[in-house]
Amino acid sequence: MSKIPLQFRHNGRDVAIFVDGGTNLLVALRELIGDMTPKFGCGQGGCGTCSVLIDGELHLSCLTLAETVAGRSVETLDGMKQGPNLHPLQRAFADNFAAQCGYCTPGMLMAAKALLDRNPSPSRADVIEAISGNICRCTGYEPIINAILAAAGGRASA
Amino acid sequence: MTRHRGRGMASINYPIGMNLGGDPSQALVHSNPSGKFTVALSSIDLGQGMKSVTRQICAETLGVPVEDVYVDTADSDTGPHCMGSFASRGTHRVGNAVMAAAREARGVMMEAAAEELEVNAADLETDGRGNIHVKGAPHRSISTKDVAIAAQFRQGRTISGRGIFLVPLSDVDPETGEMSPATCYAHACLVAEVEVDDETGEVAMVRMDSAYELGRALNPRLVEQQLVGGAWMGVSHALYETPEPYYPDPAHGPRDFVEYLMPGPGDICPHDIAVLERPAPDGPFGAKGPGEMCANPVLPAIANAIFNAVGVRIDELPITPEKVLRAIKAQGGARPQARR
Repeated sequence: MSKIPLQFRHNGRDVAIFVDGGTNLLVALRELIGDMTPKFGCGQGGCGTCSVLIDGELHLSCLTLAETVAGRSVETLDGMKQGPNLHPLQRAFADNFAAQCGYCTPGMLMAAKALLDRNPSPSRADVIEAISGNICRCTGYEPIINAILAAAGGRASA
Repeated sequence: MTRHRGRGMASINYPIGMNLGGDPSQALVHSNPSGKFTVALSSIDLGQGMKSVTRQICAETLGVPVEDVYVDTADSDTGPHCMGSFASRGTHRVGNAVMAAAREARGVMMEAAAEELEVNAADLETDGRGNIHVKGAPHRSISTKDVAIAAQFRQGRTISGRGIFLVPLSDVDPETGEMSPATCYAHACLVAEVEVDDETGEVAMVRMDSAYELGRALNPRLVEQQLVGGAWMGVSHALYETPEPYYPDPAHGPRDFVEYLMPGPGDICPHDIAVLERPAPDGPFGAKGPGEMCANPVLPAIANAIFNAVGVRIDELPITPEKVLRAIKAQGGARPQARR
């Protein structure tokens, strides 16, 4: 099969790669670009840990054909930190013990970022709705919900 | 259609670790020439925080800052042997092994420091901030870094220690059938409140209140996150999860995360937790372990709450809406029990 040239913005940086037709964005990010922050969980949209933002909108990278992001902007957890500092959401996740094994954390953070970017002061119900496509096995969700609400509160008061 | 509230309670007496041929774990501690310490383990941290807790235990025993200790669990092939991370045994078994190893390493560190300061090791103490000094004379001091360098390059000594903690095999007494399978027990009590829909058989969690007695909480925040997350797993086992819903018939088994049901963030309920600290005589700094046991009382408490709500006794897990509905129909309708 011939390779397809593909260019897009990855965390604010232009990247150019060659992909096989049918390659999904998760594989392109992890294996061709080397960004290991989106995780492979189920490969069929059931767990949410591969979540990324495409032009600011939350998407499951395992269900997204790589070639469909041509010319678009893809954000992953790798681009979330602000220079040497953690993003307020990352800080809040640490402060609220919102990660145990950590496998869901990249997807949770991206889902949370997508929420706060469009709704800076969400209700608890908004937060629950926003992360309902992401499975967490360890925390019981409560610390994650609290972390996102804390990050939103901090942002509002800042 | 009516939604019936019910409340159920369960208490557990949880043995820490297991006893099938003895239950050992080993640890090795050594200093690097930088004066930092490495704890080598093959015990696995699944995310509950065993690395954090063993780091604290090692630092406290050595008398050095926690920042000066690194816990390496990289390789179970080359690391000192551990039975595994299960049965709430990590803090208790591995923690005790780390404590023993750190105690031995501390002995060598104090000998090496004594040689440098030209005093008796018994007259030295650590300040917990990376220094060793003569008791009553803090100015006669040497940093653990300088001790490590001296041991490595001048004295030709390894500042290291070995540790093992073994709960020996408990045989069954042939006369009485008695045995002592565990040396350390944690305890918990949990009250679950549920709402059962008598038309659909669905069970919704309303709230949980629990009390856990788990020895000394070496890291209270890690204990709390374990108890919160573990209770969720208990709810999941009680009401949702199964690979074979019609066991032994494998039909309708889930094939992926879409079909394998678990409670989502919208299915959780408020959970008030009280932690009681009664130090365990044989635990590291009195710790028992909050691991597996934090899921256990949830299941019987929910089963009891469902009985209290609609009068049906489901004794197969998970308690699915189908099982609840069939049982309600079999007894001719919901029979709410007295609220206690």
